[in-house]
Amino acid sequence: MSPALIAALPFLGALLPGLLIRVSRTACATVTGSVTLLALIGLGLHIPAVLRGEVITARFDWLPMLGLNATFFLDGLGLLFAGLILGIGLLIILYARFYLSDRDPMGQFYTYLMLFQGAMVGIVLSDNILLLLVFWELTSLSSFLLIGYWKHLPEGRQGARMALTVTGGGGLAMIAGMLILGQIAGSYDLTVILQHKAEIQASDWYLPALILILLGAFTKSAQFPFHFWLPHAMAAPTPVSAYLHSATMVKAGIFLMARMWPVLAGTPEWFWIVTSAGLFTMVMAAKIAFFKDDLKALLAFSTVSHLGLITMLLGFGTKAAATVAVFHIINHATFKAALFMSAGIVDHEAHTRDIKRLGGLRHLMPITFTIATVAGLSMAGIPPFNGFLSKEMMLEEAAHTAPWVIPALAVIGALFSVAYSFRLVAHTFLGPVRDDYPHKPHDPGFGMWASPALLAVLVVLIGLMPMTFAGWLVDAAAGAVTGDTVHAHIKHWHGLESPALWMSLFAIGGGLVLLGLHAPFDRIWLAFPRPEAKRIFDTVIEAFAALTARVNRRLHSGALGQYLAVATLAILAGGVWAFQTGTHSPGTRSLQEIEPVAAAGWFALMVASFGVALMHRQRLLTLVLIGVIGLIVSVGFAYLSAPDLALTQISVEVATVILMLLSLNFLPKYTPAVSSTARKTRDWIIAGAGGLGVGTLIYALMMRDFAFPTIADYHLANAKALGGGTNVVNVILVDFRGYDTFGEITVLGIAATLIFALTETILRPGPANDRLRNWKSDTPDAGDRHPLMMVVATRMMLPIALLVGIYIFLRGHNVPGGGFIAGLVVAIALVMQYMASGFGWTAARQKIDYHGLIGAGVLIAAATGIGSWFAGRPFMTSNYGYFHIGPLEEFELATAALFDLGVFLTVLGAVMLALSSLTRIAVRAGQTTNIEAFDMQDKLEPGPGAEAEVK
Amino acid sequence: MELLVASAVGVMTTVGLYLILRLRAFPVIVGLTMISYACNVFIFASGRVVAGLPPILSKTATGYTDPMPQALVLTAIVISFGMTAVLVMLALGAFFEAGDDRVDLDEEGRE
Amino acid sequence: MMGHWIIAPVVLPAVMGAFTLLVLRNTLPVARVFSTAATALLLAIALRLLWGATHEGPEVYFLGNWPAPFGIVLVLDRLSALMVALTAFLALVVQLYAIGTGWDTRGRHFHALWQFQLMGVCGAFLTGDAFNLFVFFEVLLIASYGLMIHGGGKDRLKAGVQYVAYNLVGSTLFLFGLATIYSVTGTLNMADLAAKLPGLPEGDAALIRLAGVMLLMVFAIKGALVPLHVWLPATYAQAPGPVSALFAVMTKVGAYAVIRIYTLVFPTDLPATGTLYADLLLPAALVTMAVGAVGVMGARKVQGLVAFTAVTSMGTLFAAVAQFTPGATAAALYYALHSTLAAAALFLIADLVMARRIDGTLTEARPAIAQQGLIAGLFMAGAIAAAGMPPLSGFLGKLMILDATRGLAQPLIWATILGSSFVVIIGLSRAGSLLFWKSHAAQATPVPHPAQPLAFVATGALVAGLVGLTLAAGPVSTWLAETAAELHDPAAYIAANKLGGEH
Repeated sequence: MSPALIAALPFLGALLPGLLIRVSRTACATVTGSVTLLALIGLGLHIPAVLRGEVITARFDWLPMLGLNATFFLDGLGLLFAGLILGIGLLIILYARFYLSDRDPMGQFYTYLMLFQGAMVGIVLSDNILLLLVFWELTSLSSFLLIGYWKHLPEGRQGARMALTVTGGGGLAMIAGMLILGQIAGSYDLTVILQHKAEIQASDWYLPALILILLGAFTKSAQFPFHFWLPHAMAAPTPVSAYLHSATMVKAGIFLMARMWPVLAGTPEWFWIVTSAGLFTMVMAAKIAFFKDDLKALLAFSTVSHLGLITMLLGFGTKAAATVAVFHIINHATFKAALFMSAGIVDHEAHTRDIKRLGGLRHLMPITFTIATVAGLSMAGIPPFNGFLSKEMMLEEAAHTAPWVIPALAVIGALFSVAYSFRLVAHTFLGPVRDDYPHKPHDPGFGMWASPALLAVLVVLIGLMPMTFAGWLVDAAAGAVTGDTVHAHIKHWHGLESPALWMSLFAIGGGLVLLGLHAPFDRIWLAFPRPEAKRIFDTVIEAFAALTARVNRRLHSGALGQYLAVATLAILAGGVWAFQTGTHSPGTRSLQEIEPVAAAGWFALMVASFGVALMHRQRLLTLVLIGVIGLIVSVGFAYLSAPDLALTQISVEVATVILMLLSLNFLPKYTPAVSSTARKTRDWIIAGAGGLGVGTLIYALMMRDFAFPTIADYHLANAKALGGGTNVVNVILVDFRGYDTFGEITVLGIAATLIFALTETILRPGPANDRLRNWKSDTPDAGDRHPLMMVVATRMMLPIALLVGIYIFLRGHNVPGGGFIAGLVVAIALVMQYMASGFGWTAARQKIDYHGLIGAGVLIAAATGIGSWFAGRPFMTSNYGYFHIGPLEEFELATAALFDLGVFLTVLGAVMLALSSLTRIAVRAGQTTNIEAFDMQDKLEPGPGAEAEVK
Repeated sequence: MELLVASAVGVMTTVGLYLILRLRAFPVIVGLTMISYACNVFIFASGRVVAGLPPILSKTATGYTDPMPQALVLTAIVISFGMTAVLVMLALGAFFEAGDDRVDLDEEGRE
Repeated sequence: MMGHWIIAPVVLPAVMGAFTLLVLRNTLPVARVFSTAATALLLAIALRLLWGATHEGPEVYFLGNWPAPFGIVLVLDRLSALMVALTAFLALVVQLYAIGTGWDTRGRHFHALWQFQLMGVCGAFLTGDAFNLFVFFEVLLIASYGLMIHGGGKDRLKAGVQYVAYNLVGSTLFLFGLATIYSVTGTLNMADLAAKLPGLPEGDAALIRLAGVMLLMVFAIKGALVPLHVWLPATYAQAPGPVSALFAVMTKVGAYAVIRIYTLVFPTDLPATGTLYADLLLPAALVTMAVGAVGVMGARKVQGLVAFTAVTSMGTLFAAVAQFTPGATAAALYYALHSTLAAAALFLIADLVMARRIDGTLTEARPAIAQQGLIAGLFMAGAIAAAGMPPLSGFLGKLMILDATRGLAQPLIWATILGSSFVVIIGLSRAGSLLFWKSHAAQATPVPHPAQPLAFVATGALVAGLVGLTLAAGPVSTWLAETAAELHDPAAYIAANKLGGEH
């Protein structure tokens, strides 16, 4: 079976539990288990080949550009780990079937478990470090789900987050490390990288890469100072603890160190970092384990301790030590998984895991007792069990490693491990039977103890006949780690001259003594405050969260003024910098002389502008001044040979001011003075800087000539000949750049649509609507709301205005004018009716739907453009001709004019829709409406006309 | 002449910027209107300013000013008109919803 | 030859929007059918264009049949085609969501505005004329204003006022910049600019540099680059869920404009400007990443959380863009595709939660919600994508960016990308466990809520898109590499404009 398929099977298996749980829990477990079994068999078939030293590979291209490919390979190390993962996984699936209660969603559990299993197998079979990273982070994610499996338990949720934070974070560091490694070796394929030991260890980036990768390994394998997450991961259901946190996931870090051993090990950096981390972790965790009363906590810390042991061995960097490490990986997996499951059984039966509340279980649950004792003694390193063998070899290696402190500490570690192992067995199972168990315990059904029992059997068999049951696997795996052939000689008796013998005798003796003194030591231990990792972690995270929340509020204060001030400064800074760092030669054009009239206009503009700035709190006055400014600007345009601009500016001006006036009708008439002087000064400075910048820029531009001939020359040359118009600006608008105009009128149309939709929402029942209904004008109405003069004037103006509009529209192509201006003129004329004769009267006489006008306008414009498709021309290709009808003089018709009609309709519809929306708001605000045109304040009648109008 | 135009643009921008830094919707809107005036004149002037040479083709004309910026300004004017209208109505809506025309967001409305 | 198809992505939504206004404005069911059909058709057209751009290279559409640079041109190349296709796909899916959840009934003219929005976005992607880019920016902006305030309400309207005001300043800056460019070069066609600028007199360098920075700032506003991102959190958080989801592509318009203008008009080998823009862009991008991550960690509401994931992803994207190398650009494009779908998915998921939960607070737990299991699963997927964790495309995108990063800034960029990912992971896991786990602590039965299958199908479609992007990473990345090569050697693009000559 292809290694790729072996890795894929668990993922496929993850899809099944969700479905089969609908059948039955047993079916669910069986199928999940058989998928794992299948993968295990597939793996087993490769054993002979691997033992012959062959490497089985599989390759699929995934992301070649990056060098990330789905390449898998199976060698001794992969075989060992995949075997552990799948084998123990199988036992766990069986165990969990009986462990989980009926309330627990088993389908979910198995799905997560299989996801994890797949990720794990993926890690150990990857031949591409990027692919390995993918699986690596997947284990973090799936373990997050498994630890948080009991959603209702806060410990579960917090433990899950802690595990994800630590291991996920380590994974991110490892990404960087792996990328460096790959960039040195020039490939992300593991097999390639493993051949570049020299380059890698010579590179300046070796140390950073090493540290980053070790960060990943240490966090995953709970090495000091990242060990603290593991005990809290024990909030997970026991099957998870047994699987992830003793046998497999925590071994991923070990695996990685073993995998990278050929290229990373052997340097002083490696020796000191890895050895010291491992050694310290081993001793510290063993000591803590000794004082833990919770069975799972004790086992958790003992796991940390043993992982430290293995790490230390890998740190030694010698072939022999690496071999021992591999051997101990096997042994630890067997006895520790068995112990976890036993602890789970005790918890399951006695409803407690607190050693202090247990004892005497020997008589009540003999089977569990036997299993736990065998595994426990192995953990203590008592012959003839397998733990003894690897511990002896470990001490042997330590004894031959300088400085002396290493063997010394190793012995102490072993001593503690003897102590807590014996405590586990003695205080839980020995002693008199108690009558105060939370629940009367007894041995569980076969299904539940089968798995640990099988492992206990392995513990014994490997212990008795190591070469038969483990030697070959150790050789294969150690060979893969060290990169050459290994023949391990695993013996029980190393002879009297072997220091290991005396070291372990001392350890066992000391351990028993220590156990005897547990009670007094325990009192001292409890008496002194200890740093609680979880509290520290939570405090840090909470502090960080609080800090970020504060920064958030500060950065995103919701103060528009602050936002815009920052933006202005940023833009100015960027602009000035860009300008300063470039070469600039001043313009060469000569200044044009200033005519008095221009000077006068300029002076008026200055006065009006500063007037706006200084008196902006009086809003009505501000609007008047704005009008004045607009007027001067348009006159300026006219003066500077831009008649079209002048016309447009002035008509837009009127429309804008009317709009603002109508809405100001509701807004407060005065802006309260709130800004402090400091704030005002700051704003003046920023604004001044901005103004200075823009002014200088335009001056610099006006004073120089174009660097290249402008495209406008073409327009001037061809407006008449090709565009059929003498008003070049208009020809550009409706022809050369008609597409811009198409977008522009769409903008107007959308604006009106938006305004209408907005009005609808305001007029819905709700706070806005209520406020509107109770709205009171803060200024008294004029006695005469519809002055006779104005009414008459506007009524007379209307037809004239319409004529003018049409005239402007028609002549637009050749002299200033055009659809846009025409639309505004007509719109304004109509609006005047509203203003003069009142809402009711006018609305009653205008039955046009402005949506229609807008829609029609845009459609006509689009249709004009599309029309040219049928002439086989691109969108908006214009066409025109001269026609002569009867008595009339010859006149010109251009498709551009049709387009301009679209513009006209859209503009008219948009302005009218916007203003009529305002009208509806005014009506809802309860403004009285008149039925006759002329009325005085005294004969007003509210309401009915209004309602008629809302329709 | 150029000095007048440039200083006018500068001053209108300054006033506009000052107003958009205020705390109420109304001055902000007025400020944006001022800035769009300044912007229109800016674009127009970017084609260099001359008096008496409108880009209307005729036999008698001695020359023409650059029509392109004028076309651009026309588009800009129209668009900014639409935008202003929207902003005015939006501010009005916010005023009715909130009861004041402050432009700053309160705690709840920020995210 | 794509011919008239090139303009279809603009004309079709425009006509559809106007038609909806004119005829369908009072019949929502019909409007839904037409609008959805139009978007589906848009997607079909976009795919056709994508195929054409891939096999026939850049093609120019001369509007009004005027020769470049005197008229306006549309340019179809791989990048513009890709962005249009992405927009169409996203719009279609999200539109189905809006219909499935009835969001489109909470105010008037939703579908008309939706179509106009698409017109604006597609127009911006396709145009080859700098000023026309401005016009379509305005079209998409004003439509987005309408969609953003759809449904009304105090907070939404107030946020809307800020959104509009802030972007009006941006639009004005855009005009200042364009006027400066025209005033110096006398042209507006982007290819023409690219052709002319190398010959720019030395004395004009400072002014053109300034103009380029002004445009860069405009695009930075759209692309939410610190310190010009401030409009985004409130806007995206307050906008209707589906609208925020569609907006996921709007920030990409900013990114697109940067890639387009600064590879075509202001490439790093242009003497007058050199690496000026890269030097400005990179620090901003890194800070944006950090600010976004901090935002995710410190967010107090679900929508805010998602909005900040969008910010941090823009930072990551721009960190790649700012390097202006073909490799980094390819990575940036892949990440752009990913982050658009990821952000949109998260916004929809957040909306699913908001529709069922008492409120969006992340500071305290609320009772379990209806369809919690399914929504939790979707959130997990969305969070994995947003945080850039395996196995989804975000991880591949980040790996590609990290791998493509070279030069002195490499350690800094790596540290920022990985560091911000770390913070985002913490923030999202906190939020997820509070939303979907802690809610189980309270034994309250969830308030029933209609299942709305269409909404889940739409959300699922986005996640499926992410999965597809992951599985097809190989071919996609190869295609993007060719696209990046085309961008960094724009000769074909310029040639297609047939500058000056009749065509």
